[in-house]
Amino acid sequence: MLTKRSIWAAPMLSALILVLFLATWQLAVRDTSPTAGMDPEYAKLMGAAVNTGKSAMPTPLDVGAKLVAAVMDPFYDNGPNDKGVGTQLAYSLARVLLGFGLAAIVAIPAGFVIGMSPLIGAALNPFIQVLKPVSPLAWMPIALYTIKDSNKSAIFVIFICSIWPMLMNTAFGVAGVRREWLNVAQTLEVSAWRKAIFVILPAAAPTIFTGMRISIGIAWLVIVAAEMLVGGTGIGYFVWNQWNNLSLADILLGVLLIGVVGMALDRLLGLCASAVTWRE
Amino acid sequence: MSFQCEIFDPSVTHGQSCGCSAHSVSAKAGDARLSEVVRSAALRAVFPDARQRRGFLKAVGSATALAAISQFLPIETITAMAADAPKALEKPDLKIGFIAITCASPIIMAQPMGFYSKYGLNVEVVKTAGWAVVRDKALNHEYDAAHLLSPMPFAISLGLGSVQQDWQIPAIENINGQAITLAMALKDRRDPKTWKGLRFGIPFDYSMHNYLLRYYLAEAGLDPDTDVQLRVIPPPEMVANLRAGNIDGFLGPDPVNQRAVYDGLGFIHILSRDIWNGHPCCAFGTSKAFIEQNPNTFLALSRAIIDATGFANRAENRAEIAKVIAPANYLNQPEIVVTQALTGTYADGLGNIIKQPLRAGFDPFPWDSFGVWILTQMKRWGQIKGDVDYAAVANKVMLATGARKQMEGLGLAAPASNSKTFVVMGKPFDPAKPAEYVASFPIKRT
Repeated sequence: MLTKRSIWAAPMLSALILVLFLATWQLAVRDTSPTAGMDPEYAKLMGAAVNTGKSAMPTPLDVGAKLVAAVMDPFYDNGPNDKGVGTQLAYSLARVLLGFGLAAIVAIPAGFVIGMSPLIGAALNPFIQVLKPVSPLAWMPIALYTIKDSNKSAIFVIFICSIWPMLMNTAFGVAGVRREWLNVAQTLEVSAWRKAIFVILPAAAPTIFTGMRISIGIAWLVIVAAEMLVGGTGIGYFVWNQWNNLSLADILLGVLLIGVVGMALDRLLGLCASAVTWRE
Repeated sequence: MSFQCEIFDPSVTHGQSCGCSAHSVSAKAGDARLSEVVRSAALRAVFPDARQRRGFLKAVGSATALAAISQFLPIETITAMAADAPKALEKPDLKIGFIAITCASPIIMAQPMGFYSKYGLNVEVVKTAGWAVVRDKALNHEYDAAHLLSPMPFAISLGLGSVQQDWQIPAIENINGQAITLAMALKDRRDPKTWKGLRFGIPFDYSMHNYLLRYYLAEAGLDPDTDVQLRVIPPPEMVANLRAGNIDGFLGPDPVNQRAVYDGLGFIHILSRDIWNGHPCCAFGTSKAFIEQNPNTFLALSRAIIDATGFANRAENRAEIAKVIAPANYLNQPEIVVTQALTGTYADGLGNIIKQPLRAGFDPFPWDSFGVWILTQMKRWGQIKGDVDYAAVANKVMLATGARKQMEGLGLAAPASNSKTFVVMGKPFDPAKPAEYVASFPIKRT
């Protein structure tokens, strides 16, 4: 009885919170009274905020309507500066995966080296500590100046922001492999290469995946900001473009989609991590 | 050889023809000659043998012959094609960056309204986040040409605030079309003398907006560097910043000013034409390298831009342009906002409908004297350190002679001189005496 209730209790409570939230939202942004006595000719030239006292904040229904429209036609193409949200998300995902993939190619081997060699680890540590806290967006002007291509610069920014958690976690996981296992490998005269692939990698895999999970989360956070800066395509550009138009309903739609995609990415790497997790 | 004599070469002395035969004929005569060439080529194609051709012409008369041939040969079309594509275009596919403001109207509308394709170009117009990004993408050659603030090619050519590259202005985009917009809270504080301590948005350091706002404030006795705060904010973000209370006002481009009114956030204090009627704002800019590598493409492109700019300048076309450029792919603004900014019949935010047809104008001619004025303000506010040869730099950046040829070819009225005097807030400006002009201001950084 108790178990059955606990299965349903959390989702029910979630639904209740959502309903309460939406209801409060709907009530909070009701129209105020319109400005009285305005010249009708003048009123024609003014926006809804002035004419009907409509709040600049959209209602949940406005956002819902946008969501339906976006889901019905996610890939429309009205020219280079106006594409559907599906297309925009695809651009952002492609950038994130490319930058993240490149970072993984660099960070995981480098993390191995740092984790296996305390000397190299100690030597590189000051550099890593200085570079790690730099906001990835601070790299943007430098990237634009040196790489001379805005799209590659955005990918570079993703690369630079996702490299550190993977590097640190890989190094930590590799350094933390149990002494006994390494000793056994040494006793059996396993080559360094085999030791790395068959002993250290499986042992460190859960930590490495944790690093990757943190990285993809950061990368997804950063891509929105990077695309706002360089523009052109991507979900970040979509949000920026709608901000210029002060269309908050579209911005909220963007926020919702960014959240959902971010969650999906996190779940995906979470599943990978649990697949390689081992218990003693 | 009409297009190889470098008619846009700034080293050609102004007022003097470039000396090649093609330019001694006026545009109309050129067109007539072109159609004659096409017709005789068509005749030759039908009767390759000269004796037969002459016999045929003698028998039926040349007018009848021509009419007969026109039946099965579209001579008009062939003539038009020959005129439109004088030389093979080196690079028919181009990318042009723009900022989503009405200053860029000709550059933007040339795409959907077919001005680029009319000259054989396939142009993608790309919306860009802010002026620094446009500059960087232009310098990287990600964009072949760009919508720039008219001081930007000067700054880039002088290496101010960027790497040095030679950039040029084949055409100015718009004149007037800017305004000082203030937050509603300031509606009883219209006198600029009382503005000490306020924060104003400007789109870029190297912008007419910066120079005009500084000029306006300094005339009221305020030092723009110490008495107020000037913040660089990309035009599309100005209204959002005004709403958030980050700034008290801005001297910004349209339709940003009108959008602030539309949302009830601000009112239009004055139009930029009240500071200097006929001032340039944005320019169509491209690098000297692009011009040298793609002379034919450049010619077609500048002709398309000047053609579009001339079209935009006619008041009767403004409502149609507003309709074309308002959607999300371009300005992403309500059409009524763009229409008000372009037609000059607008709500001022204080309850009045104002009719000012000169609110926005589009005049492609890149006056050398505009360049000299811009340089004097760069000097005045300490952006240019040391000496500068005003006339030489202005002459190098502004391609006035080339623009005149293009304008005449398109039947637009072009001025005979490259330089003119004008009046800014009641004070006359003589382009021949730039140093004296800078020295005459009480508030300056020199």
